[in-house]
Parts: sequence; C-alpha cells; structure tokens
Amino acid sequence: MRLHLSPEDQAFRQEMRTFFTTQVPQSIRDRVAARRELSKDQMIESQRVLNAAGLAVPHWPVEWGGRGWTPLQRHIWHEEMMAACVPPPLAFNATMIGPVIAAFGNQAQKERFLPPTANMDIWWCQGFSEPDAGSDLASLRTTAVRDGDTWVVNGQKTWTTLGQYADWIFCLARTDPTAEKRQRGISLLLFPMDSPGVTLRPIELIDGGHEVNEVFFEDVVVPAENLVGEENRGWDYAKFLLGNERVGVAPVAMIKRLLASAKEHAREVTVDGVPLAQDPLMAARIAELENELVALELTALRVVANSADGKPHPASSVLKLRGSELQQAATELIVDIAGPLSVASFAEDGSDVPDWARVATPSYLNYRKVSIYGGSNEVQRTIIAGSILGL
Amino acid sequence: MDFNYDSEQNDLREAVRGLLARAYPDSEQRRAVVAAEPGFDEKTWSRLAEMGLTGLPFDEADGGMGAGPVEVAIVAEEIGRVLAPEPFIEAVVLAGGLVASVGTEAQRGDVLGALAEGGLVPAFAHAEPKARWSASASGVTAVRVGDSWTLSGVKEPVPNGARADLLVVSAAIDGGTGLFLVRADAEGLTRTGYRNHDGTRSAHVRLENTPAEPLGGGGDQTPAIERALAEARIAYAHEALGAMDTALRITAEYLKTRKQFGVTLNKFQALTFRAADMYVSLELARSIALWASMVQEAGGDVVQAADRARLQVSRAGRHIGKEAIQLHGGIGMTAEYSVGQDTSRLTAIDHLLGDGDWALGRLAASVTSYETVDPLGAPYA
Repeated sequence: MRLHLSPEDQAFRQEMRTFFTTQVPQSIRDRVAARRELSKDQMIESQRVLNAAGLAVPHWPVEWGGRGWTPLQRHIWHEEMMAACVPPPLAFNATMIGPVIAAFGNQAQKERFLPPTANMDIWWCQGFSEPDAGSDLASLRTTAVRDGDTWVVNGQKTWTTLGQYADWIFCLARTDPTAEKRQRGISLLLFPMDSPGVTLRPIELIDGGHEVNEVFFEDVVVPAENLVGEENRGWDYAKFLLGNERVGVAPVAMIKRLLASAKEHAREVTVDGVPLAQDPLMAARIAELENELVALELTALRVVANSADGKPHPASSVLKLRGSELQQAATELIVDIAGPLSVASFAEDGSDVPDWARVATPSYLNYRKVSIYGGSNEVQRTIIAGSILGL
Repeated sequence: MDFNYDSEQNDLREAVRGLLARAYPDSEQRRAVVAAEPGFDEKTWSRLAEMGLTGLPFDEADGGMGAGPVEVAIVAEEIGRVLAPEPFIEAVVLAGGLVASVGTEAQRGDVLGALAEGGLVPAFAHAEPKARWSASASGVTAVRVGDSWTLSGVKEPVPNGARADLLVVSAAIDGGTGLFLVRADAEGLTRTGYRNHDGTRSAHVRLENTPAEPLGGGGDQTPAIERALAEARIAYAHEALGAMDTALRITAEYLKTRKQFGVTLNKFQALTFRAADMYVSLELARSIALWASMVQEAGGDVVQAADRARLQVSRAGRHIGKEAIQLHGGIGMTAEYSVGQDTSRLTAIDHLLGDGDWALGRLAASVTSYETVDPLGAPYA
C-alpha cells in the first residue's frame, strides 16, 4: 500500500502535462473548455498532433504505434489529456475498430487500415445499433449476403455518432440467418460511407444538436476482403471491442473540470448580493459531488493498478455506472447554478447571458446519453449482479 | 501508487480472520457474548493481545508492535466482518492512541505496555450529553490545586466506560481542552454502564472532584484530540467495510436461496439491481477508506482525509444496511439474523464520532477555497 506515484510515473505525468498544455492548439483546447462542439477539422488536427508524438494510440500493439505502457501510465495519459482540455482520440478509430483490426484482421487489412486509422486519414463510424437492436444488440437484422467475391448489405443502423463526418463504417451484419444461436451468425464488415446504396439521415437530439444519424443500406456491395476475421464470428469481435478499454471508462478529470467551473460560476452568480458559492446548501452539494468524485477516482486507480495481468478488476464495472452518473450530476449542477439564465441556450450576439450559462442546459440534456450508450447503466447492473454477486 | 497489501499484511489479515472466525463462528455466538457483561469476550481479548494486536500501533519501546495505519485498518475490517464486540478501536486506536501521542515516557510505558499485554483496557471519556462531535470539552472541568488536579462533570455516552480499567478524560482547562488519566478506583468517580442498541456498552461517567493525572505535559490538547478522532474515524471506516461486506454477501446468498412465487428471489430484477447498487456503494467506500489509511501513513492531512472517508462510508453504510434488511424481508428484522446486527452496528459507527452530514459540513466550509482535489497530491501526500 503506497499513496505516492513512483518517481518514474511522476515524471511521466509531467511529460504528458507539458505536452498536452503546450503542443495542442490553444484554440482547440479553449473550445473544449467552453464545452462547445469541435469542427471536423479541429478533431482531425488534434488527433494528428497526438499521433505525430506517438500519443494517439498508445494502447495498440507496439508495431502499429502502441507504446507498451502500463495501465497506470495509460490512465495518467488519459487523465492529463482531459485535464488539459485536449479532445481524446476519436473512440471509433482509437479504441474500437483499430484494436479489433490489430487483433483479428489479416496482415493486408492491418497495413491498409491501421496507419490511416491512427492518423485520422480515415474517420470511422460505428454500425452496431439498429431500431430494434439497442441493448439487445444480438437481435440485429441488417443482412449481408455472399455474392461471388462480394457481400451485399441491406438494412438500417441508427445512433451512428458523427456519421456525417465518417469516411468508413465498421458494420455488424447477419451473415447466417440459420445459425442456432443468433450471436453466431453475425460478421463484421468494413466499407466506405460513399459506397452506392448508403444513405445517411441526421437525427436532431434534445439539445438541438446533430451528432447522431440513421444510416440505410440498400444493396451495398462490399468486397469480400473487407470482412474482418472469420465469417460469423463478428459477435466475438464486437464483445472484444466493447470490453477492450478499461482506461478512461470514468472520465474523472473531465468531471473535475466541470466541478471546478461550477465553483467558479457559483462565485460569479449572486443571490441578493451574496455569492451563490456561500450558500451552505450549494456548498454542501458541490462538496458531496466532489467527494463522490474522489471515491470514483480512487476506484479507477485501484482498477488500473490491479489490471496489470490483463484481466479487468471486478470493480471496473463500477466505473461506467458511477462515472456516467457523476457526469450527469455535474452537468445538472451547472444548470442549477445558471438558474434563470439556463433557459437562454441559443442567445446570440447582444445577449448578456455568459456563454457557460448558454451551453449549460443543452450540455445537461446531451449528457443524458452517457448512461445509455456503451452498455446502459441497467446493463452494467446486470453485469455486476450476475458476474460479481452471482445472482 | 499501490492499493495492494504486501505479504506480511496478507498474513496478518489471515491470522486475524482465523482468530475471529474461531471466536465468532456465527452470529449466535456474538449474540451470546454481548448478552453478558462486559459486552465482549475477555478470552478473545487475551488472544488478540497474544497476537500483539492490542499493542499494534504503538512503538516497540512502549511495548507495542510498531505497526502502521494499514495494519490497524486490516484488523478493524476483520472485526467488522464478524461484528466482534472487542473494543479494539475504542481502547487501542482511540484511548491508547492518545496516550501514545500525548503521554510522557513513563505514562506510555505504564499504560501502553499493560494494554499491549492485555491486562489493561482503557477508554476515552470524551462525549458529553450536550455536545455534538466536538474535539473540545466543556461539560467536565479541570481544577488545579497545588500540584494536583481534580475533574468534575459528566461524560456520556462513554464507549466501554464501565468495564475500562483506566479513563482518558478530556476536560475544559484555561485556554482549551486538557487530557487526564483517571484510575478506575479514583475517588468521586461513578460509572453506570448500559447496553447500546448494537450490543456494545457505554457508560454514564460522573466525576466529582475526582483526582486526575495530566496526560503528557498538560495544556491544550485539542489538536491531539482532533487527530486521534480522525485516526479512529478512519479505523471505523474499515470496521464498517467489514460489516458492509458481510451484509452484502449474506444478502446475495439469501437472494439465491430464498424462494417466493415458486422461484428464487434472484429471478427478480427489482432485487438484483438493488444488490448491484449495494456493491457499487461498497467498492467506492472501500477505495476512499484504503486511501485515508495511506494518507495517514504518508503523513498527509489525516483530518481532512478522515472527513472524506467518513462522508462516503456513512452514505454507504446507511444504503447497504437498510437495503440488506429490506431485501431479506421479515427475517432481516429479527435479532437472531445477522444482517440486522450489521445494520445496527453500522448505525452506531456512523454516529459515534460524527456522521456523514457532519463531515459534509466540514468539507463544504472550505469547498470553494481550492479548485480541484488531487487525492495523490497536497495536502494528502
């Protein structure tokens, strides 16, 4: 039992901190700090800065750009990145399809896809969820039928995040409708979003933004060589992909930033001339949330410190559940601090409402998603009850 | 940064767990022990002493084992696991801890040596009927006559106060709060013991011009009391972890075996999801309790770390304790079934030295004076 980081890890933390706060363009970091959306070009630029320094895909195999770091170093990398308001590498590329191709793709696929995936020369989107396949992903109905040297894909995906920017999609499709277990008849296919027969339709969300889409496939022809791994084994790859990343499951440093800004705003907002921060109820609410975040951060550290053998720590399932709840609680707190200003979400030039108050409610509404995506909190509870408590 | 016990710490845990499992093989044994005076088992206390546990945190020069906060935490968690009623935290961590930090060399040798050998059980007489979780004293006052001191006033509830062989008493002095040793047979000392809801014992302690010996060099000891209370809060956090772990394990077992409507209760998602939430509470509390012990070991701000642990463990203890009873149904209400005992003990721990809201109030008072918390940085490490 030891509290301090080792001298090596302290030096590593300083190295990361220095890089993130000096090498990533300030305009991008300011935009993240303001909780405003980044443009496509800004996201690409940011990831390329990281990739040039070997900091975009440190968890990949070393021959494809990985760094062979310890789980604790990866945790520090992720935390420092978020603390510095650096946008993390695009999850679809860096933590989803990249590791899957590296683990299950053939040599030609690795050479063709991995370098451009790390460098955002390809922007990937995820073709998993369907209108009738959400948490129950194995019930997906999109089909791929073999036709000579090609697959022909028909069906529909939904909740395709940033699909409007994507160059390629990694897509789960049913290739054996006769399989006894429905999980067994699914394959993972890769194809360009501008393939004939692909149609994208934006979905407007409750925050007024456009980050997800519906994607329709009508007789989309995919070369057979674009199937990843083995036919009908796509479910295994999807499970690998979703369970792959234990670092950054709970975005502690990001929630820390939210709480720090909440304190700042609570000092600015006054109630009958007294700063809101001096209201005992408000101070207690912030202090309680902050303490829960300390407990979450320490749990994340316990998990990374104990996952050196590659097996996730049992407590890791706590991180997604509690991490999403605390993100939501922090965004809710900021709406409440904004109070009456929180309705002025789309105020424009000439408004006296500060930007943080304008963005507060759309952000709060947007963050309802975090307890739904990537395995809803109810799925996490099912995992804890089943795998840990044996219920 | 390392959250793992080393091999010696693992050995200690196994040894303590083994000893306590033999002493308290089931909750019936614990019930029988707390039904009789003095509310714990003197033989078990002797065995704890033989293992060195009643002198665990004290310097070897004072007759102790020279162990650190992590070892104390390990013992406390194992005590909580079986709800052993022996006053390890009350006598060793709190009363003994004050003697260790404040006492003269002679006092340390006398008191800690006898405590380590199992022959002397001290208690800290600090709580007062009209005070609420304060580090200072006002209901008992100390008067100096020549070279000697006397104390007058009431301390209550004093954990283990009737059985104690020696009282460490806090008392108002000019300019603060002093600490004094009061012998069990001291003149003008009246102790009336009773049973607490969790089976442990407390006492009403009346002092009337009772002779007392200043602990250490005298003077205001409020900072030492604050620190000793913080260290005891951390130890209680670990005792609570043991009790919560047991309550959750027993509840999960019950859900797998109890049948209603023709199926075991674990077929009902309304129940299994609540058990999952109990696990989340337990693991978050465990992280912060382990951290607080490491802060103590590293010489960081133990008072604030204890407040953080107190808040999280208070919330977790209430959540897990209440849900353990509810998920059991009627059987959880019975005195003979152990989850109710766990919940009763968790409730006592929560209120002995300051509850969650109390700790939150202290944390809230300074929350806007800093930007963010770094649990691996200042003021903790």
